[in-house]
Amino acid sequence: MVRITKILMAAALLIFATTATAKDTLTIGISQFPRNFNPNIESMLAKSYILAMARRPFVVYDADWKLRCMLCTELPDLKKGTAKIVTANDGEKGLEVTYTIRPDAVWGDGVPVTTKDVMFTWKVGRDKRSGFSNIEPYKRVAKIDVHNDKKFTVHVSKFTCDYRTRYSIGVLPAHIEAKNFADPAQYRIKSAYETDTTNPGLWYGPYRVTEVASGSHIVLEPNPTWWGKKPAFKKVIVKAIEKTSALSANLLSGDIDYIAGEVGLTVDEALAFNLRTRENFVTQYKSGLIYEHIDLNLDNPILKDRRVRRALIHGIDRAGISTQLFRGHQPISHGQTNPLDTVYDKKVPKYRYNPPKARELLAAAGWSELRKGIRYNAKGERLQLDLMTTAGNKSRELVQQVLQSQWRSVGIDIRIRNEPARVFFGETVSRRKFPHMAMYAWISAPESVPRTTLHSTMIPSADNGWSGQNYPGFANKAMDKALDDAEVVCDEEPNKAVWRDLQRIYAEELPAIPLYFRANPFIMPKWLKGVVPTGHQFATTLWIEDWYVGK
Amino acid sequence: MFRYTAERIFQSLLVLLALSFAVYGLIGLMPGDPIDLMIQGDPNLSQADAKRLKAIHGLDRPLVERYGAWLFNAVQGDFGYSRNHSQPALDVISDRIINTGLLLGLSLVLSLAIAIPVGIYAALHPYSKTDYAVNLACFAGISVPPFWLALLFIILFAVVLGWLPAGGMATVGDGGFLDRVEHLVLPVVTLTIASVGDFTRFMRASMLQTLRQDFIRTARAKGLSMTRVVTGHALRNALLPLVTIIALSFGRLFSGALITETMFAWQGMGKMIYDAILGNDYNLALIGLMFATALTLIGNFLADLGYVWLDPRVSLSDRERTV
Repeated sequence: MVRITKILMAAALLIFATTATAKDTLTIGISQFPRNFNPNIESMLAKSYILAMARRPFVVYDADWKLRCMLCTELPDLKKGTAKIVTANDGEKGLEVTYTIRPDAVWGDGVPVTTKDVMFTWKVGRDKRSGFSNIEPYKRVAKIDVHNDKKFTVHVSKFTCDYRTRYSIGVLPAHIEAKNFADPAQYRIKSAYETDTTNPGLWYGPYRVTEVASGSHIVLEPNPTWWGKKPAFKKVIVKAIEKTSALSANLLSGDIDYIAGEVGLTVDEALAFNLRTRENFVTQYKSGLIYEHIDLNLDNPILKDRRVRRALIHGIDRAGISTQLFRGHQPISHGQTNPLDTVYDKKVPKYRYNPPKARELLAAAGWSELRKGIRYNAKGERLQLDLMTTAGNKSRELVQQVLQSQWRSVGIDIRIRNEPARVFFGETVSRRKFPHMAMYAWISAPESVPRTTLHSTMIPSADNGWSGQNYPGFANKAMDKALDDAEVVCDEEPNKAVWRDLQRIYAEELPAIPLYFRANPFIMPKWLKGVVPTGHQFATTLWIEDWYVGK
Repeated sequence: MFRYTAERIFQSLLVLLALSFAVYGLIGLMPGDPIDLMIQGDPNLSQADAKRLKAIHGLDRPLVERYGAWLFNAVQGDFGYSRNHSQPALDVISDRIINTGLLLGLSLVLSLAIAIPVGIYAALHPYSKTDYAVNLACFAGISVPPFWLALLFIILFAVVLGWLPAGGMATVGDGGFLDRVEHLVLPVVTLTIASVGDFTRFMRASMLQTLRQDFIRTARAKGLSMTRVVTGHALRNALLPLVTIIALSFGRLFSGALITETMFAWQGMGKMIYDAILGNDYNLALIGLMFATALTLIGNFLADLGYVWLDPRVSLSDRERTV
């Protein structure tokens, strides 16, 4: 009897041990594989997602959309004197921002993260040949004063309110990368992030990259030199499975444990997945800063008339679309500013679904004659508009069909003309070739001033080499002023007032029709706890040390 | 024979040269480029950044100039750097060739191993119940879209039954022989089903036609058994059209491999070429497509040699060339 009991106990222990071991590894599925691993060369969701486990930025927005330090000890602040407004040599307002690197911050090979790394990164960033995608923050830095190994002051030539995040550079390990930068033009090829990705000295997060199978998977293991809370998983495997149907099947088969919301399924795919199975998984939908909207070409004589633009928005049931197609997981937007953003104004003008009002506005705009349900003006011109979007994007194509039918009911004939993404974005939108309406999304950041998309100097044209992203061609002096002020009026109340103006003008003038804020579905096993979706560009993996296996 | 081989090699090189120019030109003519798309996805990037990045990647130079520079380096063995993979293009492709070779090779061998005997059997029993069943199965195999079949297999064998992995090439941290074999099963079977129908239909038709020839009747009249007639006389003749089809199917197998590789996350050539073309990764797209073309050309050359072996009337000698 004793023997049998011992055997049973041993078997139970073995089963328990096996279960525990299995949960030491977390396999995450994503739908993209990073093209490269250097944090400053090209911005890519999949890369940000993976690097967030192995590196930490100076400053991030947390899940509550509050700024917090990760690599620094304290947020720079004008009130505390760690940020100072100064007058630059040209008389312009400049800025001095002081950061202190955490004293316990070390690279994975034990070398401390110091100001030498900051200076090296600045040197690389300033060099146009280095291949950094965004060199603006480096160009704006006139000089950096090094106080000691951990403390430095950045001297900036232009003052803007976003100073706490703008200079939060992706620091590079000088002791490894300096030799690879000998020829700046070759840096993007010779960077150790590409040639020696598993070098521990490249990483300073809770995990470090230990294996890369190009196009297939990346393995991360705990970084012994990490200074923070020890992560729960002994191994994190990130598998790239591009086809989302295969990604779902892999989750069901147990080949992956969790589909990341940031780079995984769309809401409609997640809804379909949940219809099939919901026993072992929890799906969290988090709407965020991806703003789905329809740009209106304001050069077009029909759309130049604000009454027509307002009729368009009154003529569509955005709340119904959100409920019917996305089960309410993608909240409708009333402008380009997200309600989760601290600068959002709750009193922003809102448009309800009101077909009679839409008909009334169209009639007032001269589109009063109805023939076979379609409106015509006094010249006999038909109210026909082209609605374009990216071909093959199922969610957008679904929405497009509903919009077409709803607009038809108020007398607007919509022609759907879709194009592959690279034609649509590479040519049609960027060169403002869409005749009437273009449906797509903008990605922004919290408190980000939409200068490039709304300022009159940002209207792309052949004369300015198609620079700027104000594709509707929106030119409004009040908006220009609000945008200029939003960048430099930083005191809380005046800043809120500027943002209020900005949102009001946008809602009243309607350079674009706001649709909804896209949501990311995080499909995780019931035992995975601690994952807190953020809704902004900072990935959940920045807090992976808080993830654990629950009961 | 030597002269014929030399001529074919020279012709192949010309084809590859023309193809490289055509591919380079066509990718270059596609509207938009990855830098434009990068701008769209990153609100922090300006047009000045786009201009600078295009200069770094050489996208600001005229197409012909870029092609000339690529050709000059390629002749010296430098096929450039892959932008999609941040590695030399040759390094990226070398692993993928093996992966795709394994997938296509196994699928081809399996397809032929099934198609030839089944096709012969169906031809020997034309319009029988078995023949109809074979035809039905062939048409089903040809008609079923590979992506749907792949998904069906994943759901059945990986999700419902749990017998096989849903995708990938090996379990991370395992990679033993059996593990790799398990990962190969579903992609190979999917590709095989997609191609076996065609081969079977060709084999059946060809064998049926051969069996109606006079020399077969003569052989039968001499008292030879049907097995002897088929294996000794009919099969070699019936294989001739199949050889042509196999040679021509290399390219098609690549396109089938693209879908299979995408569905099963198999790191092969098909998906690599597709991503390279869409991502304007010139160096990788060129080397990938040139390899695929070279493979088709080699396939055709081997088919010519196969004709000589199968049919003594065909000769590749300089004086009496009939191919």
